[in-house]
Amino acid sequence: MGPRAAINAMLNQNGGGPWGGRGGSGGGQGGGGDGGDDGLGPRNPWSQPPRKRPGGGSGFGPSALDEFIRRSRAQFGGGFPNPRGRPIWLWAIAGFVVIWCVFTSTHMIAPQQRGVVTLFGKYVSTLGPGVSFTLPAPIETVQKVDVDHIHTIDIDTGSGSGQNLVLTGDQNIVDLAYSVRWNIREPELYLFELAEPDDTIKEVAESAMRAQLARVSLNDAIGPRRSEIEARVAQNMQALLNSYRAGVTIQGVAIKQADPPAEVVDAFKAVSAAQQKKQSYLNDARAYALQLTAKAQGEAAAFDKVYAEYRLAPEVTRRRMYYETMEKVLAKTDKTVIEAPGVLPYLQLPRGTRPPPPASTPAPAAEASR
Amino acid sequence: MTAVARLIRNPIAWGLFALFAVILCSSIFAIVPETKQALIVRVGEPVRIYNRYDPKETFGHTGAGLIARVPFVESIVWVDKRVLDFDMQRQAVLSTDQLRLEVDAFARYRIVDPIRMYVTARTEKNVGDSLKPILGSALRNELGKRPFAALLSPERGTLMDNIQNALARVAAQYGAEIVDVRIKRADLPTGSPLDSAFERMRTAREQEARSILAEGSREAQIIRAEADADASRIYADSFNKDPAFYDFYRAMQSYRATFGTDGMDAPGSASVILSPDNEYLRQFRGRER
Repeated sequence: MGPRAAINAMLNQNGGGPWGGRGGSGGGQGGGGDGGDDGLGPRNPWSQPPRKRPGGGSGFGPSALDEFIRRSRAQFGGGFPNPRGRPIWLWAIAGFVVIWCVFTSTHMIAPQQRGVVTLFGKYVSTLGPGVSFTLPAPIETVQKVDVDHIHTIDIDTGSGSGQNLVLTGDQNIVDLAYSVRWNIREPELYLFELAEPDDTIKEVAESAMRAQLARVSLNDAIGPRRSEIEARVAQNMQALLNSYRAGVTIQGVAIKQADPPAEVVDAFKAVSAAQQKKQSYLNDARAYALQLTAKAQGEAAAFDKVYAEYRLAPEVTRRRMYYETMEKVLAKTDKTVIEAPGVLPYLQLPRGTRPPPPASTPAPAAEASR
Repeated sequence: MTAVARLIRNPIAWGLFALFAVILCSSIFAIVPETKQALIVRVGEPVRIYNRYDPKETFGHTGAGLIARVPFVESIVWVDKRVLDFDMQRQAVLSTDQLRLEVDAFARYRIVDPIRMYVTARTEKNVGDSLKPILGSALRNELGKRPFAALLSPERGTLMDNIQNALARVAAQYGAEIVDVRIKRADLPTGSPLDSAFERMRTAREQEARSILAEGSREAQIIRAEADADASRIYADSFNKDPAFYDFYRAMQSYRATFGTDGMDAPGSASVILSPDNEYLRQFRGRER
């Protein structure tokens, strides 16, 4: 009994110290440990100190915790036949492992997600939406990746000058802001191929956009060919990212703003002002043209009507028109009729008026100078 | 009951044993993820590689997974298997036509020969740091051979190829492969180059504005002239039917207008001295014709 007692004493000290302390912390293993010593009863030598220590410390009997543990063990012990006194903590560990396995081998994949399964780090498969099962955690792990979510990268007035100045093909400069929308197409490529996929996409976007703008003129960039530029950039980006095997799809590139730089924006406004002015010139000219043509048409139509009447009775019409006109003309003017020739020089004419011609011309040739 | 039997039933013994097993396992086995290459170094000497990059392989058929090694003698150096990148600092480049440009470039590379990389640079990051100045000088060399406009042209493609080749030669010494080199941005430096570019843009716009105005007035004049021509054609078509009658008709209209009796305001009063011989007074005199 000598050496064995020594070992027992040693184990008592060693076992009691950490075990008793952990029992208080309430871990699964701690509970199992305390239950175990109870199951062995007073014969188990190393069970005594931990039971006694809390009591001894306070001067009372078993604490509430000990009471609880003992009672729960009594229930537990009934369920598990324990003839050899097998420590119950083994069962606890087994239960923990089972729960662990269940939880880490069942995976709920949401509809927008895919699960990338790796077996000891090696890619196995990609799980689709729904409930799937894999081997438990340390063996197979699942990384969930959201493939439907569309990420947006805005590239605009990043830093410094407040403008994102880009050179165009005709060596002009345009202030550009645009955004790129992308989503993950192949999760395993996205996870494993690129060290920094998000940064890569942004850099590729910038590079592709600038390369594309270097092929078009400024007017194209700020004008109607924007959508074409957007499509080309998206296409180039996709090609580049495919060559990196990035596993992403570019959904689209949108140019939010393509303006001349603030320094020259006044000159650009002058151009649009000139365009407006040109339009107003043209409008004036068109109004004049309409007016003139309408007048000509009206006068011509009037002449045609009169002429049609005249053709029916030329002599009478002519004379009628002559008399009507003369009547109107002479009705409101001062008239002097001179019988004898040669009195003209003595007439006192109104100042500033020219002596009218003697008007001795006959009526059919009655033409006044226009 | 023997001491051994007691030891087996003893949780401390179990714990110690488990701890020892864990330490042993972790120093024998290692998990190589898809993203890494594992270089096994035996007392300072690289001996073998797991999960080495191979362009033809697909995921699921790589060397990733559980590996074993001799504990405490062989250690693992992890080398990234993914495409890595480094950004070059902004460089001022002078083109052949003496235009300064500020160029931002980036390169993507991948470690394809971990042993060489380990021997020459130790870590992937050092490779990037060593390649940075090389990229800078390659860029300066290539761009310095070309006019500014070439940067903005499709020729840029061959330019980038040249730079990539130059860089790839150096990268191969570090066990790396250049995936791609791109110019991220090429800008005119702030200050006088940018200002003069703005000035050029401004004058170009002014020129455009003026030419638009000139074109506008030209077109307006043409429209007016065409209208004049149309009008006189309409007149001529109509009046040419009987020029003599037109003469009479128009004279009548003109008299009315001139002597201000046709409803409109007369600009002055008029006195008419009529000779008895006047046609209008023919009947007035009562003489016979």
